[in-house]
Amino acid sequence: MSQTTNESPVEQFTTSLAEIEVDWTTTGLDDIESTLTALIESPAVGVELPIDGVTLPERVETNPDPTAIRTATTGVTPATLAIADYGSVVLESDPNGSELMSLFSGTHVVVIEESDIVGSMAEAFEALGPHLREERGDAIVATGASATSDMGALVRGVHGPKHVHIVIIES
Amino acid sequence: MSGKTSKRAKAAKIREILDTEGAAIETNTQGFNDDRYESVANLENYEALKDEARAIKEDAIERLPELIEELTAAVEANGGTVYLAEDAADANEYIESIAKDADADSVAKSKSMTTEELDVNEHLESAGVDVVETDLGEWVLQVAEEAPSHLVAPAIHKSRAEIADLFEDHFDPDVPLETAEDLTNFAREQLADQIADADVGMTGANFLTADSGTMALVTSEGNARKTVASADTHVAVAGVEKIIPSVEDLQPFVELIGRSGTGQDITSYISLLTPPIDAPTFNGDRLGDPDDREFHLVLVDNGRMAMREDDDLRETLYCIRCSACANSCANFQQVGGHAFGGETYTGGIATGWEAGIGGEESAEEFNDLCTGCSRCTEACPVKIDIPWINTVVRDRLNRGEDPDTFDHLVTGLTPDEEPAGLDLQKRFFGNFATVATLGSAFAPLSNWAAAAPPSRWIAEKLLGVDRRREMPKFTRGTLRKWAKGREPPADPEREVVLLADTYTNYMHVERGKAAIRTLEALDVEVHVADVTESGRAALSQGMIETAREHAETVADALEPHLEAGRDVVMVEPSDLAMLRNDYRRLLPEEAFDRLSTNSYEVLEYVFGRLENGADLDALADGDGEEIAYHSHCQQRTLGLAAHTEAILDEVGYDMVTSEVECCGMAGSFGFKQQYYDVSMAVGDDLREQFTTPETEDRRVVASGTSCHDQLTDLLDRPATHPVELIAPEEE
Ligand code: SF4
Repeated sequence: MSQTTNESPVEQFTTSLAEIEVDWTTTGLDDIESTLTALIESPAVGVELPIDGVTLPERVETNPDPTAIRTATTGVTPATLAIADYGSVVLESDPNGSELMSLFSGTHVVVIEESDIVGSMAEAFEALGPHLREERGDAIVATGASATSDMGALVRGVHGPKHVHIVIIES
Repeated sequence: MSGKTSKRAKAAKIREILDTEGAAIETNTQGFNDDRYESVANLENYEALKDEARAIKEDAIERLPELIEELTAAVEANGGTVYLAEDAADANEYIESIAKDADADSVAKSKSMTTEELDVNEHLESAGVDVVETDLGEWVLQVAEEAPSHLVAPAIHKSRAEIADLFEDHFDPDVPLETAEDLTNFAREQLADQIADADVGMTGANFLTADSGTMALVTSEGNARKTVASADTHVAVAGVEKIIPSVEDLQPFVELIGRSGTGQDITSYISLLTPPIDAPTFNGDRLGDPDDREFHLVLVDNGRMAMREDDDLRETLYCIRCSACANSCANFQQVGGHAFGGETYTGGIATGWEAGIGGEESAEEFNDLCTGCSRCTEACPVKIDIPWINTVVRDRLNRGEDPDTFDHLVTGLTPDEEPAGLDLQKRFFGNFATVATLGSAFAPLSNWAAAAPPSRWIAEKLLGVDRRREMPKFTRGTLRKWAKGREPPADPEREVVLLADTYTNYMHVERGKAAIRTLEALDVEVHVADVTESGRAALSQGMIETAREHAETVADALEPHLEAGRDVVMVEPSDLAMLRNDYRRLLPEEAFDRLSTNSYEVLEYVFGRLENGADLDALADGDGEEIAYHSHCQQRTLGLAAHTEAILDEVGYDMVTSEVECCGMAGSFGFKQQYYDVSMAVGDDLREQFTTPETEDRRVVASGTSCHDQLTDLLDRPATHPVELIAPEEE
């Protein structure tokens, strides 16, 4: 967990990501498509990003069937919030299947806007409280890859993704 | 003895667990515990978060009936159902009816202790519904047909090699499984189809928020997410105590639970679900409508509402089942939850859970493994006084005993406030002050008698004192007698009353003398109190009323001293912990506050004197002598190890310190025949630390009497109390 206070939220966030061994890329709005193209390994599934003027690369299936979801190598979904202290991203469920596509693929590519990074868990819950009360939605605070130590040593990639890659869109 | 396990049988059972499961448990729990220290050290506002977490739970349990209503309304508004189950049978019947309504052949389940408590799996299987555990640890146990040995890491007692053998035997895989990665991949593949095929997904809930009907699930593998997402019907089973008022209240718990348990800053997934969830369903070869999802919340009472009314057990309901109390427990680190645990729950807090759910007897077999060392209390994220819960249940068990045939042997010899049937071993150790008075009066005859073979044999047979232990030696002449008529310092800066505990007064008199010489050298006039026993011995045996008697006697005896403006100084940390903490439960508030704020451990007092300008040169010079110091468990919980270390360093000793939670003796625990092996296994870590090339020639120094006895048995060097190292020679 990052402790340095004079860093910007995005710097703190990436410091935390390094600590938990999660890769990230920062990119401008204009380069998002090429950034994603470079990160995606087919077969890929995903959910369109809620950012004006941005579409996912064509290789990403945005209307997959259950088999495509279960067998995808890459899943691309947006995060609504990131927590700098922990390197966490907040993933919400929606009828487009974000929860499924972030969970079943081998690599999860998470897209977050820099302005949605908050510093602490307390700040995150200040936003999550009203949101969950009003929308009655679902939010996964996801930190790193899925992992287990139940088999005698730390192994990444259990029921959820083995790799997580965070794409930060600069404001 | 009313069908209970005999002391010898219990010793054998523990020995077997130590041999078969001890190594894996020790490595894993000590790893968690070390990581916990590191992770909470990185959390700036750790103490404040614990206070907040505690306050939230206190409030929630206080307002529980109201919160149940609020939560029910929220879940129903969200499109789910809520069922409040009175007991296990009620819950199981209801869960079965949901499975039947969903036409389910199989249920995929993510890890949940509450469903273990209810035996949901057994119930569903007998109703013809298959259940598959999806947490890898739980799945290993399902395959092995074993019970969890830990709250968070249920298969912690199994090594990688044992799991590999198990899979080999059970599944006969095409390629041999060796690494943890092999095993994980194999398990994942086995489970993927079963999760996909399940008609119902069952989860527990770590927390439920009344304001929104949101449940929090704390996991790392992703199995809970998959279990919920894959099936159209989601059933969550949770104890009523899991409800907290609002989403915002989750924050301290989210920051504390992983750190406290396995020492992770946060687990991979904190799922905040407000079910039915918003994801599309898997509907054959296409995705279906999220609105087709169903959600059923089963809230379980099963004794909890009664625990809420029980002033001593209530705190148990604050427990978030993080496992810190188990991982930080020296005994648990050796034996794990198969010895230190009941039907369902494991570790120190298991006593509260098992007693609350199944009655006190459910905790009887393992309750004595809590020695009251108190190391768990600072690890617990909701600040539960776990040792007190163990003491209360022990007391209730003592009172529930049938009268015992040996009773006439002790009547009159050990007058106490306890019921007639109390176990002789407990009565002997609980009344050790009386034994010590007699022993001292007859020394050295009493020492000779205690050491002679027939006597040791009798002590083992009758009292369960392990014959491999040497009882502490009595001295003829007490500290009190020695101190009488001493010339006080001419113009003392302060006056203190020394509460010389049983050991300091009757057995380890040298450390008492050293304490008095040290204090006098720092211009302190020392009075020795007319009372010795704090009640610690009785309390540790669950003899609360006897302990209360002692506390009242101590309060009365010290009252005139406090009136005269004297501070209370003590040598033995476990007795100091009585005055500082445990008397809260035994004395009126005012009397407790007065004793608590005015009592000091002797080196803490010396530290204070030096801070206030006393002359360091009045103390003995360490002269660079190499020492190995072991602080006492309760001393560390009181935050007092640092004072001793600072002074030893200051006067010039070259010091290394031990890094263990407890020496393993823990008062009388290690003397007991049934626990000798655990005690020695715990002590083994300390022995190793003090026999490295760096430490083997160092003089051993320890603050606790029982640590002395243990260290003397573990090493072939005697142990000294730190005050003896700083005391000036008698003039
Ligand atoms: S009693 Fe405290 S430390 Fe033990 S499991 Fe419960 S919350 Fe954790």
